Amino acid sequence: MHKIPASEITPEQLYLSRRAFLGAAGALSAAALLAACGGGTAAPAATPLPTDGRTDELGAPLSSFEQITTYNNYYEFTTDKAGVARLAQQFQTSPWAVQVGGLVGKPRTFSLEELLALGQEERIYRLRCVEGWSMVIPWRGFPLHKLLAAVEPQAGAKYVRFETLFRPEAMPGQHDQLYPWPYVEGLRLDEAMHDLTLLATGLYGRDLTPQNGGPVRLVVPWKYGFKSIKAVVKIDLVAEAPTSLWMALAPGEYGFYANVNPEVAHPRWSQASERRIGELPRRPTLRFNGYADQVAALYAGMDLRANY
Amino acid sequence: MPAERRPAPTIRRLVALAVHLGSLLPLALLLFAGATGQLSVNPIQDLTLRTGKTALVLLLLSLACTPLNLLLGWKWALGLRKPLGLYSFLYICLHLLIFAGVDYGLDFGQIGQAITEKRYVLAGLASFLLLLPLALTSTKGAMRRLGRWWRRLHWLVYPAALLAVLHFLWLAKTAREPLIFGAVLLAVLAVRALRSLGAPARIANRSAQPPAQGSEKRHG
Ligand code: HEM
Repeated sequence: MHKIPASEITPEQLYLSRRAFLGAAGALSAAALLAACGGGTAAPAATPLPTDGRTDELGAPLSSFEQITTYNNYYEFTTDKAGVARLAQQFQTSPWAVQVGGLVGKPRTFSLEELLALGQEERIYRLRCVEGWSMVIPWRGFPLHKLLAAVEPQAGAKYVRFETLFRPEAMPGQHDQLYPWPYVEGLRLDEAMHDLTLLATGLYGRDLTPQNGGPVRLVVPWKYGFKSIKAVVKIDLVAEAPTSLWMALAPGEYGFYANVNPEVAHPRWSQASERRIGELPRRPTLRFNGYADQVAALYAGMDLRANY
Repeated sequence: MPAERRPAPTIRRLVALAVHLGSLLPLALLLFAGATGQLSVNPIQDLTLRTGKTALVLLLLSLACTPLNLLLGWKWALGLRKPLGLYSFLYICLHLLIFAGVDYGLDFGQIGQAITEKRYVLAGLASFLLLLPLALTSTKGAMRRLGRWWRRLHWLVYPAALLAVLHFLWLAKTAREPLIFGAVLLAVLAVRALRSLGAPARIANRSAQPPAQGSEKRHG
């Protein structure tokens, strides 16, 4: 379906130099444990893809395909960030359907092909995890407002509720009764309609890998990563703010908004700074993850400490 | 309890060897993983988590030696408290060095902010500060010089362990694993508390020095 031109697949110097840097960073950390230790090179875990020297709008280089596809949270598979990729390999992303309903004029189920027909643009976004690490990711997808426009939200619709697939046979982490599955997330309607809010179906010019939430996930770049719900099967327009899985589990720690905010500390992770994956010194975290110009107006007059 | 009161010296030496090798194994595995690129793309966090977890496991193992002696009469276990405790402290030092030196690059402004902002860092630091004098007074000489104060001082290991579990509880996303560690710690504390209530004289007599000598009533 979405073939990548062969020219784009050829390994690039740039990619290799980032790999070398990563190996060095790993060795350096290990060296912190013991003065002398041989720094080997990392074993390739994923097909090399070129970054073409691309950066986000602030000039930060893309995270490598390997970094993006070998390290992330996806509790439906495992709580081990480095273990998700292996467990998600067999996950069936096709056929797939997303049921869109609730307070809409034209409820409808979209097949993956119909979603892909809504658009295939590339968006390079920063992703900031609430745990204090971040990446720069070239997503492919379309703004969510295109989908919402197609189902015609009614006047009473104030929020959008998203739900992940619940299939414990395929997602072993869902056997864990500790979590109130399925994963649920929510946005205010104006947040959902914002042009930055993306339904992503691709990554690095390829179909979205299962470990990253394939075949279709939400990406809300100014919020902590857990808001960007993966493997979406249901989208409902609703009148009341939905309770997300994390809000249900730890209401004192996870609020509805979860906007990236260096001034509001999380009890566990530093929100003032972050580690960009592959870099050694920490970076200062930016208000709204660097998207304040585009989104701060959505929260004008709101107390962002109370609405964390 | 059918176990021998005093296992043959070879067995005791084998157990001690197993403790040394077992305590160093996590470090060896960590260095190997780092050198062969098997850590994740966020290696600093891997190092922090793995040294922290090892430290807590070794600390609880060290504390479990006394109940093993009290309940099962494994006197030889008492000699393992010190090496297990010191290995735990080694991992705590690595844990702290990685946190302050590698993760935060010795940026004391940010480190200070982390300590004041995050109760889990405060609990970890408090635990470390309680354990520090214990590690420094672990030598035979210090034991002799401190006399009966040595035992009183080393009682601090219990609040330190409680703080370490609290540190874990406050940093973990879900409470399950920290609560398991907490339950083990409470079990250890309960055995100690019950025994010292029930047999204060015996507890007071029990010498803290490793190769523990003398004959005691067998417990089962
Ligand atoms: C000296 C002060 C300490 C500091 C600054 C500190 C800091 C940290 C940090 C930053 C983390 C990782 C949190 C995360 O990434 O989510 C962590 C995890 C941990 N630390 Fe500490 N720590 C300290 C002392 C201790 C002590 C004394 C112990 C135990 C004896 C300990 C045991 C642990 C454990 C068990 C974990 C979690 C490992 C896991 O989740 O697998 N820490 N600590």
